Amino acid sequence: MRIKAQLFKYASHLDYTMLLLLFTLMLLSLFLQYSAAGEDSSKLLAHGINMLVALIIMIIVANVPPQYLLALAVPLYTTGVVLLIGVALFGDVVNGSRRWLHLGVTRIQPSEIMKIAMPLMLAWYFHYHEATLKLKDYGIAALLLAIPVALVAKQPDLGTALLISASGFYVLFFAGLPWRVMVAMAIAAGASMPVLWHFLHDYQKNRILTLLDPTQDPLGAGYHIIQSTIAIGSGGTFGKGWLHGTQSHLDFLPEHTTDFVFAVYGEEFGLLGNILLLILYLAIIMRGLQIAANAPTLFSRLMAGSITLAFFTYAFVNMGMVSGILPVVGVPLPMMSYGGTAMVIVMLGFGILMSVSTHRKLLKS
Amino acid sequence: MNEPTEIKYYQVELTDFRHRVMIAAGFVVVLFLILLARFFYVQVLEHDRYFALAESNRISIAPTTPNRGIIFDRHGVIMAHNYSAYTLELTPSKIKDLSATIDELAKLVDITPVNRKHFAKLLAESHNFETFPLRTRLTDEEVARVAANRYRFPGVEVKARLFRQYPLNNSASHLIGYIGRINDEDLEKLKADNNYNNYRGTDHIGKTGIEQSFESVLHGTTGAEQIETDAGGHAVRTLSHTNPISGDNLVLNIDSKLQAIAEQAFGQYRGALVALDPKTGGVLAFVSNPGFDPNLFVDGIDSTNWNELNTSPDRPLLNRALRGAYPEGSTIKPFMALAGLHYGVRTPNDTISDPGYFMLPNSTHLYRDWKPNGHGSVNMHLSIVQSCDTYYYRLANDLGIDRMHAYLSQFGFGQKTGIDMDGELAGVLPSREWKAKHSRQPWYPGETVIAGIGQGYNLATPLQLAVATAAIANGGITYKPQLVSAIIDSRTGQRRNIAPEVIADAHIPPEQLKTVVDAMIDVTRPGGTAAVASAGAPYLIAAKTGTAQVVGIRQNEKYHAGNMQAEHRDHALFIAFAPADAPKIAIAVLVENGGHGGVTAAPIARAVMDYYLLGKLPKSMSNATASDAGGSVNAD
Repeated sequence: MRIKAQLFKYASHLDYTMLLLLFTLMLLSLFLQYSAAGEDSSKLLAHGINMLVALIIMIIVANVPPQYLLALAVPLYTTGVVLLIGVALFGDVVNGSRRWLHLGVTRIQPSEIMKIAMPLMLAWYFHYHEATLKLKDYGIAALLLAIPVALVAKQPDLGTALLISASGFYVLFFAGLPWRVMVAMAIAAGASMPVLWHFLHDYQKNRILTLLDPTQDPLGAGYHIIQSTIAIGSGGTFGKGWLHGTQSHLDFLPEHTTDFVFAVYGEEFGLLGNILLLILYLAIIMRGLQIAANAPTLFSRLMAGSITLAFFTYAFVNMGMVSGILPVVGVPLPMMSYGGTAMVIVMLGFGILMSVSTHRKLLKS
Repeated sequence: MNEPTEIKYYQVELTDFRHRVMIAAGFVVVLFLILLARFFYVQVLEHDRYFALAESNRISIAPTTPNRGIIFDRHGVIMAHNYSAYTLELTPSKIKDLSATIDELAKLVDITPVNRKHFAKLLAESHNFETFPLRTRLTDEEVARVAANRYRFPGVEVKARLFRQYPLNNSASHLIGYIGRINDEDLEKLKADNNYNNYRGTDHIGKTGIEQSFESVLHGTTGAEQIETDAGGHAVRTLSHTNPISGDNLVLNIDSKLQAIAEQAFGQYRGALVALDPKTGGVLAFVSNPGFDPNLFVDGIDSTNWNELNTSPDRPLLNRALRGAYPEGSTIKPFMALAGLHYGVRTPNDTISDPGYFMLPNSTHLYRDWKPNGHGSVNMHLSIVQSCDTYYYRLANDLGIDRMHAYLSQFGFGQKTGIDMDGELAGVLPSREWKAKHSRQPWYPGETVIAGIGQGYNLATPLQLAVATAAIANGGITYKPQLVSAIIDSRTGQRRNIAPEVIADAHIPPEQLKTVVDAMIDVTRPGGTAAVASAGAPYLIAAKTGTAQVVGIRQNEKYHAGNMQAEHRDHALFIAFAPADAPKIAIAVLVENGGHGGVTAAPIARAVMDYYLLGKLPKSMSNATASDAGGSVNAD
């Protein structure tokens, strides 16, 4: 009976609206991966195991009260920054980028840690300065944000750097960053475009130019965009049907289980499938924002809001890239792409959301 | 956990937060609507087009290889170009059973196991939407046979491809270098440089010489064709294409005729020659003898030829001018003399008495002069003209290794010259630091003494010697040696000259320069060590001869060329510039085991100068003087 009670306690910290939406998404993902991997059931099994692991991690995190997460913010952030410096100094170079760090037996990519550590840290900062928020505090927060972003951008991994800065910016936004500052930032960003352009690597410039005209680099990045657009476009309104995508099954489409899996989806399930997916994502995001709006402390509000918008950003950037309206950056489609690390990070985020959502009453009492 | 106390603005802040959540939700909805619009556009409005593209399968994207740039000498003579030949090309993605198809094709054209192996290797390395050559250089008959049977072979085509050719064959081979198949190492490098896509469809890459160092200029930019193909894999129409951009052409400073004369002048001797335009650093001739035929490498060298080149005792693949490091021998003496003047250790008139050897104080070791009984009374002029070793043993001892190193560095010794070719060796200009790094031993005074005549640790490449010689001709200004003088844009035809580059300036005062150059001129006059080779020249030559020991001679032994095996004989060295009063050419020559510089090396330089300055072609290049080297050792 005690075990049963314990299980009940664990289960009471889950957000069932969210869980239902996630299960639907996972089911869709399993169907999609089976098709994308060429009906290879071993890859499907691996995908399922990744999900299971991610799900368990989510349940564990959901049971951690937000104040413990608050205590984790500084150590996690510091560790992340130290590891990033380690990467800059001793990292392994893979395909011209220095992103991985060898730690004894395993290789880790510290920029992944930052995806969670960044909003955590900033939420921590604002939480402890809540009573006396001044413009200076936003400046300090921006500095905390800039350090890891600069380290990741230098790897170079511009995509991840942008995603991390987005997750941090969302905290600033929800913490009440004044509108006039945001307008000024937008103007400054616009004005510094030509300067930034100068600092981009040639291949990064190419990706942006390729977006404007995919035929410019039809063998490189343009090839991906051309092929994935053909895949999505040929799917039409109703799609070619599950397992019936020609583009993906004839190997025309690169990385069709990971970053470009959405092209397989769009080809097989068509516009209706895409709408379904958008609705699912939208529902998850709206639920996340709702949790944020009802959260009791500034910390949990900021965490919930930032994690939700980060999730949205991943989904939007991936679909935008695969359908040809954003440059090609290495961002997986949340829950749908093959790959364990990304899935664990996303589900960890949902664990935090659920913790925020279910520990409300406990805090108020 | 100290929770912040609720402050009075809590409700206000919460309202502001909720307000922002609403804005975020609106933002999300708007961006999702943009995505939806994009999906609608692609999947509904443009669906027919994309459906057709996917259905007709489908699109293949084929790289179109750019033409490699042509290499010309200074007078427009072609040193490397391309010619067109037919190749049999297969597109694996359009062929069901690859090995069966190849078996069938083998009945029409000659396909060797090597062809098959090579094809398999290409396949393993690349993407499947590309085409690969199975056989190159088809005969007209083979082309006709394949064409007649084309319907039987979907995915098989005959294409004209360009092949690299070096029309001068063995001449200038070390300088031009060659291209070869892209191997795994090249591939890694291309990927690391983010240059891989540009080599889709390119099989070859510069491996040595200018072909290697100017690879990025010569290669050009790969184009691409987006082709729609039918079910059989045949191209139906081209949907879009980006034209390749040919590689740029190169114009060299080299005079290929001069180059050929120099090579011929070496005869059977191994060695190297570098001739520079002292006013610019332009390389007029760059010889490493013997050479090889770079054409052998273009399509993958066969094992017979490779073994022959690789195992030949003459080491024809060694670029001696760039990577051969030899002791400077007596050719270092003019530089030493300048160092003596610079530091005020010697005046031109300071005279020493040479008993035929030099001894360090408190030592019984004899540093012998090449002339057993000595030169008697020797001043600076005579020390160069007669190449007196004792004078320089002494001078070196008075200067000390630190000053020697500092001064000689200005002429490029011990450093890479920075020539526009990869793989250069730096040679050795010894110093205390150098020795500490290489042997953990202190520097000994005796080592300074032998360094003074270019022996001991001293090593220089013929290229470095030529650069240093040109610097004397220039009053101390050292130019970076440059093989390439201009790049010609393949699209506009515009010529972009490569400016000469000064890398050092020793600022030799005119009177010091005159002392040394006058002595170098007298080296080529009766009584000088290069008098014979210089006889009858209608222009003034300033020169210095030298020999470099191949094997050490023991303290109480005498060098006697006649008693030694040919490969143990001394290397002959010769540096010169002319006309001495208005230098137009500076030369360094090294003849391996050639014995004395004045006898074997100087005539080679003379032939080059005669052609360059007078347009005079050598009558015969027989090395009649070579037998002289067999006699007892001459003055150097």
